[in-house]
Amino acid sequence: MDLTPHLPALQVIVPMLSAPLIVLLKPRGLAWAGATAVALLSFAVALNMAIAISDGAHYRYDMGGWAAPYGIELSVGAFSSLILLIVTGAAATALLAGRASIDSQIEPDRQPMFYAAWLLALAGLAGIAVSADAFNIFVFMEISSLASYVLIAGGPNRRALPAVFKYLVMGTIGATFYLIGVGLVYMMTGTLNLADMEARVGAVDDINPILVAAGFITIGLALKAAVFPLHVWLPNAYTHSPHMVTVFLAACATKVAIYVLIRFDFFVFQSNFDWHGSHFSSFLMPLGLLGILVASAVAMFEGHIKRLLAMSSVAQIGYIILGASFVTQDGLTASAAHLFNHALAKGGLFLAIAALACHYDDLRLDRLAGAARSMPWTSAALAICGFSLVGVPGTAGFISKWLLIDAALDQGPFAWLLVLIILASSLMALAYVWRIVETLYKKPAVVQPSSAGEAPLELLLITWLIALANIGFGLFPQFPLNLASAAAELLMGHAL
Amino acid sequence: MSADNAIVLALCVPLATAAGIQVAGRISDNLREAVTLVGAVTLAWVVWGMLPALFAGERPAVMLGELLPGVALAFEVEPLGMLFAALASGLWIINSVYSIGYMRANQERKQTRFYTCFALALAATMGIAFSGNLITLFLCYEILTLSTYPLVSHKGDEHTVRSARVYLGILLCTSIGLFLPAIIWTYHVAGTGDFTLGGILEGHIDGADIGLLLALFVFGVGKAAVMPVHRWLPSAMVAPTPVSALLHAVAVVKAGVFSIAKIIVYVFGVDFLFAAPSANWLVFIAAFTILAASLVALRQQNIKRLLAYSTVAQLSYVVMAAAVLKPLAEIGAAIHMVAHAFGKITLFFAAGAIYTAAKKTEIHQLRGIGKRMPWTMAAFTIGALSMIGVPPTAGFVSKWYILAGAFQADNLVAIFTIIASTVLNAMYFLPIIFMAWFAKEPSGSKDHGEAPLLVVLALCLTATLTLGFFFFNGPVIELEAQLFQGATQ
Repeated sequence: MDLTPHLPALQVIVPMLSAPLIVLLKPRGLAWAGATAVALLSFAVALNMAIAISDGAHYRYDMGGWAAPYGIELSVGAFSSLILLIVTGAAATALLAGRASIDSQIEPDRQPMFYAAWLLALAGLAGIAVSADAFNIFVFMEISSLASYVLIAGGPNRRALPAVFKYLVMGTIGATFYLIGVGLVYMMTGTLNLADMEARVGAVDDINPILVAAGFITIGLALKAAVFPLHVWLPNAYTHSPHMVTVFLAACATKVAIYVLIRFDFFVFQSNFDWHGSHFSSFLMPLGLLGILVASAVAMFEGHIKRLLAMSSVAQIGYIILGASFVTQDGLTASAAHLFNHALAKGGLFLAIAALACHYDDLRLDRLAGAARSMPWTSAALAICGFSLVGVPGTAGFISKWLLIDAALDQGPFAWLLVLIILASSLMALAYVWRIVETLYKKPAVVQPSSAGEAPLELLLITWLIALANIGFGLFPQFPLNLASAAAELLMGHAL
Repeated sequence: MSADNAIVLALCVPLATAAGIQVAGRISDNLREAVTLVGAVTLAWVVWGMLPALFAGERPAVMLGELLPGVALAFEVEPLGMLFAALASGLWIINSVYSIGYMRANQERKQTRFYTCFALALAATMGIAFSGNLITLFLCYEILTLSTYPLVSHKGDEHTVRSARVYLGILLCTSIGLFLPAIIWTYHVAGTGDFTLGGILEGHIDGADIGLLLALFVFGVGKAAVMPVHRWLPSAMVAPTPVSALLHAVAVVKAGVFSIAKIIVYVFGVDFLFAAPSANWLVFIAAFTILAASLVALRQQNIKRLLAYSTVAQLSYVVMAAAVLKPLAEIGAAIHMVAHAFGKITLFFAAGAIYTAAKKTEIHQLRGIGKRMPWTMAAFTIGALSMIGVPPTAGFVSKWYILAGAFQADNLVAIFTIIASTVLNAMYFLPIIFMAWFAKEPSGSKDHGEAPLLVVLALCLTATLTLGFFFFNGPVIELEAQLFQGATQ
């Protein structure tokens, strides 16, 4: 039987149906093995589709054979495929590398539940990426959010509880806003299928409900995506969650929300309304710029290494939003490429931090002084990923920064201001990354590590794999770049 | 071996050397140093082997891959880069000999890391020299910055780390904040960043933008140490002396002025820039740097800091010569890179020899040291005379060409600056020479002789080169004259 046409469905169904089975795997280590196998399988599925799509394929799938707009449609194009790669890749790497780290943070008897929640989060995030239907996106968003609340609160750190409560309240508001927006559009068009919506929304008589819907949807998703200043839930949630959960979520959770935001706005509204482009860009560009500047500045003075990188994530989300707010082919390409490259850099950084956490209980920056002496490999990988975050040439981060500046130069009279802000924030990124590197390498040790030596081998290997991928995709970026520019073309094609 | 392969080999040899040093360092010190020397000799052999092809007018090139559409990683050998690569690879041999003597005599720590980073820095230098477009240049430029950081912070104490932070901070901030946007701007308007004789910007940019872009390039290339982005160079003097000698008198700083010269010749185009009134400022800022740095050098008490400020001034000679925008001056700029390299590496070698033998670092301590260390001080004298530009030293040849170019352009600012700075150079070097040879040593000072043999050997070699270049400079001038053959024919 040829499974190829069913890949979009398998992407969601495999992790979702495995989740309840994982709960049954009580013997030690089995739940981990099962979850890892499922995550790797998902990654293989995503990779398979990405390769076909970069050759020009496009996946459509009608659930149960019911044709859209009445049935549930799944659709995977270049943009969704890029997101799927990030989501499944992050889930698989974190699981593959993280056994020791998870063992030390989650009690054995709760581990099956933890891994089940992990797979549900994976299924939800992948579901958002494959759905071609506004309401299913909402359903999957809820699945992934609920699962990630569980994951974040799953660790031994009690401070994760207030953090996750904040995340829960704000996440729910975001999802509700999105649902209100979708409801309004449904009221006016009578459909939930995105392609169908696109065809019908231009013909509605009264434009006001659509305007309100666009506002609700954009703000709701911006909340989920932690767009500045709606990011306040993010730093604490990332800081206090188990280290491997941070790797998983930091690499992909907010990016999926950005994906929905961009996809909804460009597919449904941008192609039908002339005013939408200027609304979209005049609302999001200032927020993107502010986020880039403020969050980078805050990150320079953060004392906790995970909080510092969480703030840096807010700034990086600013870059992605900024690129999209240009509403040009180049800008969207830069955005999509940065989605991928930032996931690589930040995923690698949080993996290295999980490795540090094997020997350092306290992850405040001044307590990590001199860690490079006992953990040279971890520190070197951290430095490489850090340089990728800054955008040093030869790393993946450089490619997206180049594309973004190149796109910004087309933005008319204020182009120089945009370039100035992007560069200023790169320099701030350099400052905070360098602070970490110098602390690890040059400061005299304050705290002795709980045990000498490096992190567990599998964690170290995977961390280095990601670090090398940062260099690899910096020197040979064709694969993600092809997907990114195909994604931008797709989005702009709808915007004509 | 074809010349195209030689480019790849020139990049790989220092990398392989670095790996070899890491492995050999675990076995024995002698083996590690043998690997360094073999690597240095091999690199020089590979690089110098390309010379015949260059003289025959060939331009070996190799493309490694495409980063973005139209943005490729590519290398191409042309006269300027050939000269720089030949210079750096040749001096690496002498410097390795010197390093072995110096590092052993001073019992420095972490020598394996030292030699490894040194080899990495040389790989980056080769990349810069042979880069075929702006993006390749930028990539290698940043690798050079990062690979030299462990060398500058080698000592590891708090003062050193702080100075090294200034070093890294200024170089990375200027390159990311100014150099990178200049490069992206160039690619954006011209659609390419390939180094092309005659420039690529003509017709794509005009008016005040030319001056602005030039400013982004000149200050973005912080390694050229044009004021006010020169502060990293005195800070870098906390490094062990072999680092100051090869990197902060030859490889790193020359990478800076080389990049500026290359950008002026191959990106802007000499004639295009000469016709642009908004680009005039460069001569003035370079002249200011020369005079101001010389004045600061006058007031220095520490030998290495004095040499650092002297380097700042001498680098701006190259920038000013390139900015005069006449063929003779461009040739003068290229020759000055060589002349200054020979002279300044000799001076640093001498400073390191004095530190090794006598533990002296300040100028006032040098009274009568000439009698104890005659070879070292003789070499120091030759290097200092070359800095001033007295015949028969290398410095005279380059000053001659720069002055000739300045007259060709009727550039009174450049002519005046060269004369004034010659006077200033004499004012800060001659008293040291006089003091070392003719002043009486204070009684009760430490009894010492010359530095270890390898150290003295290295500095005598470079002093000989400084003298020899006065007489045998024909091939260099012939090579660099190729830059303008196309224009004159």
